[in-house]
Amino acid sequence: MTKRTGMEIAFAAAEAAALCRIDVIAAYPITPNTHIPEHLSDIVADGRLDAEFICVESEHSALSACCGASATGARVFTATSSQGLLFMGEVMPIVSAMRLPVVMALGNRALSGPINIWNDHSDIMSQRDMGWISIFASNGQEVVDMVIQSFKIAEHRDVMLPLNINLDGFQLTHVVEPMLFPDQEEVDRFLPEYKPYATLHPDHAVSMGTLGLPEIFTEVMKAKDEALINSKRVILEVWKEWEEQFGRKYEPIDAYRAEGAKVLLLTMGSMDETAEAAIDELHKNKISVGLLKLKLWRPFPVEELRRAVKDAKVLAVMDRAVSFGGASGPVGAEVRSALYDEPDRPLILNEIIGLGGRDMTVGDFVQIAEKAVRAEREKPREGYEIYGVRGS
Amino acid sequence: MAEKKWPETWQEVTPGCMVFIPGNTREYHTGSWRAQRPVYDFSKCIKCGICYIFCPEGCISENSEGYFVADLDYCKGCGICAHECWPGAITMVEEG
Repeated sequence: MTKRTGMEIAFAAAEAAALCRIDVIAAYPITPNTHIPEHLSDIVADGRLDAEFICVESEHSALSACCGASATGARVFTATSSQGLLFMGEVMPIVSAMRLPVVMALGNRALSGPINIWNDHSDIMSQRDMGWISIFASNGQEVVDMVIQSFKIAEHRDVMLPLNINLDGFQLTHVVEPMLFPDQEEVDRFLPEYKPYATLHPDHAVSMGTLGLPEIFTEVMKAKDEALINSKRVILEVWKEWEEQFGRKYEPIDAYRAEGAKVLLLTMGSMDETAEAAIDELHKNKISVGLLKLKLWRPFPVEELRRAVKDAKVLAVMDRAVSFGGASGPVGAEVRSALYDEPDRPLILNEIIGLGGRDMTVGDFVQIAEKAVRAEREKPREGYEIYGVRGS
Repeated sequence: MAEKKWPETWQEVTPGCMVFIPGNTREYHTGSWRAQRPVYDFSKCIKCGICYIFCPEGCISENSEGYFVADLDYCKGCGICAHECWPGAITMVEEG
């Protein structure tokens, strides 16, 4: 029976991973993801889960251990944040190149320096092109659901790619929320046993992580790109199956009050629900602004985005990271690139917000929405702005 | 027809570039990288095998007469064998 339980979201992520009967966990604690591996370590020590918890000396070792364990056919889970993800960086593209379905919970935190343990998206944006599937959760329920969905997506024979679930540090990781937990029988029904494509085994010779000379490297990169693009079909299938079994719907772009709206905001992660409250407030004052909540970052849902904005005149894209010296924030650049060829694309504003844990309130999103409404008349230059920065 | 050394198209790339034929590195003849080749003066060779020990490529083996010689399919011409050969039986000469 599905049970509603109040729990810290980091703990909930660990409980969800345990429900997936993971075989190996290798992780190194770093704020704000720490409670995820810590709680998994408890679960294993208490005998509730028959898994190997590998205590490693660094994040580099954590992901290396995950890579090796996954190559033997184990179901593998890890978690990290910020600088920890950077330290995993060397192994990140190896896991995807070897097509190993490692699942990671990423408690998003700003990159240093100055040292800052609070939330923004600079960690994942720095690892954007590592060939991982990347999804964003708005709240604790989505974290629980996405952890369980992730193994099914990543391990699917038509995907075989690692996946990171992004949950905003503190705003999500440390918040206590009531969540629905499926029971073991329901998870077992949804998530089949992992059947690896190939495993490292002394009886069956196979080489993984081989050399690729210039004569083949381009073709291998094309194959990797196609694998990631094609994973979207399976992601949509798995989300559909989830909806059928559990009744909660997931889409690459989740639209909120966006029907017929000329002005749209686009957000990711924990900003989604604050922005929803702002949209409700604007509607009370008869200002029709819609919201697009981006759940799927890689593969980027180009067609879904084009459909979602086809009637819009202005689209304000929120970014929680700076692409220093670039033309806009990372999400802003992605959205502009995806819409560049569209004949009637909306005017695109790009707001860089909420850096290093700076609060974004309902009022802030209302202000940004009002600026977007004005932009429909005033047609400002499309650049980017670091919202709320003192001195501007 | 000679067997293909690598996939012609991206569709032929195996998932994760996994290789299911053990020991097929042997088919890749790295000897073509060589600029110099080792030439042996067996009148000076004392069959000590120090070249065999130091060869980083592992391409030197003992022949039926007890001399140690490099397999030129794999020898990259680094010259370490000639450097280590204290009786001076190995000379590196330019590939022509």
